[in-house]
Amino acid sequence: MLTPTDIACETLIAPAALRESDLDKVMDQVLSTTIDAADIYFESSRRESWVLEDGIIKEGSYSIEQGVGIRAISGEKTGFAYTDEIHLPSLLEAGKTARAITQGGNGSGVRIQGSVAPRHYYGAINPLDSLTEAQKIDLLRRIDKEAREQDPRVSQVITSLVAVHDVVLVVDSDGRMTGDVRPLVRCNVHVIVEQGDKREQGSSGGGARQEFQFFIDENRALGYAREAVRQALVNLEAVGAPAGTMPVVLGPGWPGVLLHEAIGHGLEGDFNRKGTSAFSGRLGDKVAAEGCTVVDDGTLTGRCGSLSVDDEGTPGQYTVLIENGILKGYMQDRLNARLMGTHSTGNGRRESFAHLPMPRMTNTYMLAGKHDPEEIIASVDKGLYAVNFGGGQVDITSGKFVFSASEAYMIENGKVTHPVKGATLIGNGPDVLTRVGMVGNDLELDSGVGTCGKEGQSVPVGVGQPTLRVDELTVGGTEA
Amino acid sequence: MQDMREKQSGMEQMVENLLKEAKNQGASSAEAVVSSDTGLSVTARMGEVETIEHTRDQGLWITVYFGHRKGSSSTSDLSADAVKDAVRAACNIARYTTEDPYAGLADPELMVKEIPELDLYHPWDIEVNQAIEKAIECEAAARNLDPRISNSEGASLNTQNGLQIYGNSHGVIGGYPSSSHSLSCAVVGQEGDSMQRDYWYTAARAVDALESAVDVGRKAGERTLARLGSRRISTREAPVIFQAEVAVSLLRHLIGAISGSALYRHSSFLLNQLGQPVFPDFVRIHENPLLPRGLDSSAFDNDGVATSVKDFVSDGTLRSYVLSAYSARKLGMQTTANAGGVRNLSIVPGDQDFQSLLNSMGTGLLVTEMMGSGLNVVTGDYSRGASGFWVEQGKIQYPVEEITIAGNLKTMYSGLVAVGNDIDPRGSVRTGSWLIDSMTIAGE
Repeated sequence: MLTPTDIACETLIAPAALRESDLDKVMDQVLSTTIDAADIYFESSRRESWVLEDGIIKEGSYSIEQGVGIRAISGEKTGFAYTDEIHLPSLLEAGKTARAITQGGNGSGVRIQGSVAPRHYYGAINPLDSLTEAQKIDLLRRIDKEAREQDPRVSQVITSLVAVHDVVLVVDSDGRMTGDVRPLVRCNVHVIVEQGDKREQGSSGGGARQEFQFFIDENRALGYAREAVRQALVNLEAVGAPAGTMPVVLGPGWPGVLLHEAIGHGLEGDFNRKGTSAFSGRLGDKVAAEGCTVVDDGTLTGRCGSLSVDDEGTPGQYTVLIENGILKGYMQDRLNARLMGTHSTGNGRRESFAHLPMPRMTNTYMLAGKHDPEEIIASVDKGLYAVNFGGGQVDITSGKFVFSASEAYMIENGKVTHPVKGATLIGNGPDVLTRVGMVGNDLELDSGVGTCGKEGQSVPVGVGQPTLRVDELTVGGTEA
Repeated sequence: MQDMREKQSGMEQMVENLLKEAKNQGASSAEAVVSSDTGLSVTARMGEVETIEHTRDQGLWITVYFGHRKGSSSTSDLSADAVKDAVRAACNIARYTTEDPYAGLADPELMVKEIPELDLYHPWDIEVNQAIEKAIECEAAARNLDPRISNSEGASLNTQNGLQIYGNSHGVIGGYPSSSHSLSCAVVGQEGDSMQRDYWYTAARAVDALESAVDVGRKAGERTLARLGSRRISTREAPVIFQAEVAVSLLRHLIGAISGSALYRHSSFLLNQLGQPVFPDFVRIHENPLLPRGLDSSAFDNDGVATSVKDFVSDGTLRSYVLSAYSARKLGMQTTANAGGVRNLSIVPGDQDFQSLLNSMGTGLLVTEMMGSGLNVVTGDYSRGASGFWVEQGKIQYPVEEITIAGNLKTMYSGLVAVGNDIDPRGSVRTGSWLIDSMTIAGE
């Protein structure tokens, strides 16, 4: 059976008539006496999307992106060039440009040898071919029908299906050549509901490193349709959210975007190496309440954020960030790990061959605690229960972060009462987890909708958490 | 320039080949874009070069119509084989999309006839070493400002030259070579245990319109220092000034809410507002797609339709939606030549400078940065993280952080008290600072 590295070589190297000795030659071109590390990153990515709107298949698109990025590193300096032509003269040219970061003489030769990730967390499949076009369209139509059948107030349904087949091959100056085949499918449902003059929206969706069958199994896609309508109808009844600082209970799963923003970004190696993160120099400190353990886990089977190998050829890993409240580790790529005297945690990621890798999250979540979710809600006299969120953002340096609720309720006297409108929640990363009063026993991961942006680069990620009670968080509603 | 002309005719040929190939494969009409960009980006940090990136991007996009069925594809491979494959992929998709009576090219009589020179191409002939020196100079101006500037995210210089050609089967073909340059700097300040970061940047089509490296660095440093000692404030209602660089987002939200796709989806808080007052009557908001050197200038929109100067809002009343050929047909209207968005949007400033605006507010919040995306475009409900300064009697008192500001955009627009003349010239959407009568601030 072909390994992902074999497939990557067949897809990326063979059509260009490149041999391993050519790769040696390109690497020789990049290396000099003052280059500490270098890599050549081949990528071919195919993406297909379909959109159903107004009950018709309105749009479809297909795109091909391919090319090679070459990076040379000397100390803290990086030289980078890329080309979308996979052929030897272009590679040699890009290698020469990348190497210009330093002035050193020629380095010693490297002999490139194939290597394979020890484990694979998704199949080397092409999800674009996993259903026929007619089957994809049928799936979209069934989702649309399901959404419209939920309630007569549903006025608009927009449904999309996306599949990505990404084949990468990383050749590095240690002589390793590692390939990966990364499938990704996503499905999203967005609805508008109208009742008299009032209108509201709801969204739901999911994704995985799988075939499209994922959405048909367990009727997942139809579930997204029902969920989007449910959220929109809840929001029709919502009144203004409160403004001020109060206890907030966060539901399980996607609200884990809290962890991603509040602490995840602040624990990425680049910010900590440079000392610009509010978490810099704080390894061993207590940064969360007892009972809080947070991990970054690239090894979950089929999850959007999972990686058999990262974009530097390092195998995906399970990294403990916070253990029982104590800060244990950062997420590293090779450059920052080397400069900090540690090793890569398999978090070196890049959007494409045309971007530089940097430390990025994979699937970031908090482990389950011991409390029953009902018990957590019952413990709050007056506060907010937030179960669905849009995106978030963080200022790494001050530690301030936001995330925006799209479905929330008031808790009064230990009971969930009425829905309130969406509101932004704001807090301080280094101390928000010290205010976690209770951790639920209901760990859930998100359904696969997450995309993270950093310095203009987007990558798929996952988040998760059990129900959490944060004793004090600022809720940005309108009702002062 | 000679090189550029040759390149342009080569790319125009490629667009023609794409359109011809689409016809050969049975499409009744088609439109295509070919683009090519090259660039240099350098970053210096702590007085030394950190990254040098050479960028070189190219791509083609094709949309085919079989009657009213549509399919699209794109590729970064511009070889003759890839062109055929891309057209084939688009045609294959169009076999499965549904007949959509509104889909298709814009009407032929609306197509751009002449493509005037808009002065968009001013390449920066800068060597890598000079670029590094400039970035180092910029960062040094920030770091040398004050010992409390303790760390840096670096300064970056970016220069890009590009060429984009559009064509469609009505016979339109054309495009612009363009350049864009920027210089930015972000530094970290420390006071006690707390750190703050802020940045500044300059951007323009031509080098002579950029702020100097020293000015960019100094402003980044000053803005960072001003944030040191930030504190929270209690929850309250107060008037708010959005400083020019954040007020831009309020104009962008307006454009989002009056764009055709939001309207035909009923996904806008400004549904059925054409001819209605949305702002107080002193407000005029207009676009000038033909602005020489403009960051978003073009004589035609993404449908190939000729663009023109127009008002979206005058005397506070909504005068025009933002429509493409498709969204216009869906709404039973005429396109406003805004396929792809608005081009060089601005709000006519009042006569108050920034200090005078602070005086008008008296006591309230000055917002200089916002976080998150807390806008529900269907209802206009607005809630975002903010930082800035507390102001009393027109004077800045102290920096504030970890607060939110909330309201509803519709009432914020009608509650606009004044627009300052402190226009931020860096983007394609231009405004001065906005004073809004009242919002809810959530804090301690």
